[in-house]
Amino acid sequence: MQDVAAAVDLAHREEWAKVVAATVRVTRDLDLAQECAQDAYAQALRSWPSAGIPLRPGAWLTTVARNRARDLLARESAFRRAMPLLVMDDEPGPEVDLARPTVGDERLQLIFICAHPALSGEARVALTLRLVCGLTTAEVARAFLVQETTMAARITRAKKKIALARIPYRVPNRQDLPERVGAVLEIVHLIFTTGHAAPTGEHLIRRDLVDRAVELGRLLHELLPAEPDPASLLAMMLITDARSSTRTSADGRLVLLSHQDRGRWDAALINEGVGLLTWALAAGPASRFALEAAIAAVHAESPSIEDTDWAEIVGLYDLLRDCWPNPVVDLNRAVAVGLRDGPAPGLGELEPLLSEPALATYGYLSAARADFLRRLGRWSEAAAAYREALALTDNEVERVLLQDRLDEVDRQL
Amino acid sequence: MAKYLVLIYGNEQRWDSRSPEEQQRINDGHQAFNNNNGGAVLFGAELGATSTATSLRAGASPGHPTITDGPFLETKEVLGGYYLLEAPDLDAAIAMSKQLPEVETDHSGVEVRPLQEMN
Repeated sequence: MQDVAAAVDLAHREEWAKVVAATVRVTRDLDLAQECAQDAYAQALRSWPSAGIPLRPGAWLTTVARNRARDLLARESAFRRAMPLLVMDDEPGPEVDLARPTVGDERLQLIFICAHPALSGEARVALTLRLVCGLTTAEVARAFLVQETTMAARITRAKKKIALARIPYRVPNRQDLPERVGAVLEIVHLIFTTGHAAPTGEHLIRRDLVDRAVELGRLLHELLPAEPDPASLLAMMLITDARSSTRTSADGRLVLLSHQDRGRWDAALINEGVGLLTWALAAGPASRFALEAAIAAVHAESPSIEDTDWAEIVGLYDLLRDCWPNPVVDLNRAVAVGLRDGPAPGLGELEPLLSEPALATYGYLSAARADFLRRLGRWSEAAAAYREALALTDNEVERVLLQDRLDEVDRQL
Repeated sequence: MAKYLVLIYGNEQRWDSRSPEEQQRINDGHQAFNNNNGGAVLFGAELGATSTATSLRAGASPGHPTITDGPFLETKEVLGGYYLLEAPDLDAAIAMSKQLPEVETDHSGVEVRPLQEMN
């Protein structure tokens, strides 16, 4: 049973987007495709314990989801249909070929429809996480710091617009591609950051999301090899991900940057990333993604936290803040200032962010503040900030570290 | 195929103060739009000024609406014209709408609205 649950979980992480994308071909309806994909995973949980785990779970799930879709469509009378069919190009429409995995391009169509510029920015990322990455509405809501009901309404509204305004299920033409890719990059970036520090769950890193984001990044870079932005984003993801295996200890505890075993950082990923970044910076002006990649590269190439060029990092955050103003960038910059100049100036930089509404329920702000206060020996304030950070995280690994720190501070009181 | 109503909005004062050259450029733009998109343009018209509009709202008793002078909504940007387009999808409707001269000037723009399917 344990094995089946793990296999279904793995298949959800690795195959969800393919299952949905292939099912959309049958349903021509995003909601129905999502529902059928969910049914297929539920059926896997029921039938795999006795029938055994199939050799190729993705193909099994796709077949079940598509059959379920055909059943539902056959039963559904025309006028019961709530929404018009999705607009898509007629294709020879091959049945699922069990000997061949579904090609990446199907997922690309799903991504481009989720990232369509006629949808609001918020809806685009939400739809991508829901449909392409298979996150629940609650998980998407947490990733965006909004109420679940708000997120559910946002997703429903976006799906309705896709159907009613006839946003096509299609990879855009050559001419529109660069602009449309920019919109997709934003989303890939968000999926990566969500996976890199998972908002919920027992693991710090959601490998599935990180891998999906990197895979999508590679696909987009392959599609637009002359564009610097996909290369920069991919570089940022590779260099950042190179540190992943050292971010938690063998017993699953969070290891901060200062204590990570730099010898175990993945040199191949760093080299690949730095190579892409070098090319991208030569090819055009430094974009948001290039600056983020450059920050990651400074860390990746520093022998220790003490030997890190924090002035350079603060400078890069300044540039980043100019081209992409965002309270989270301000927060990261404040932390870098603290490492450059000490905890008191760092704390000073955090102060104005405390009234920033977008960060009101952002646990990292509380955690950063708690750390500066602890280093200043302001124990009771530090304890209060750690408690606040604890209340704001749903990630088990982060919780353990924060609890350790809180215990440490409490002992000083 | 679906139908989209493309609503052309802009600042009426700016429209009224156009130079003859500007007016000509806009007219040429619409001519080109019609030529380029031929059969996809089902209908289109420029509207008279909002000062010529008359609005009706429910009145005190049925059958006797209140009639007022002026547009239904008092806004800085007003509806100046429209096209009814036939297009396979929103991307195609957007691609056509991009060619309209009003999309090029800073005080005007267009809204693309799908017509509700009736069946």
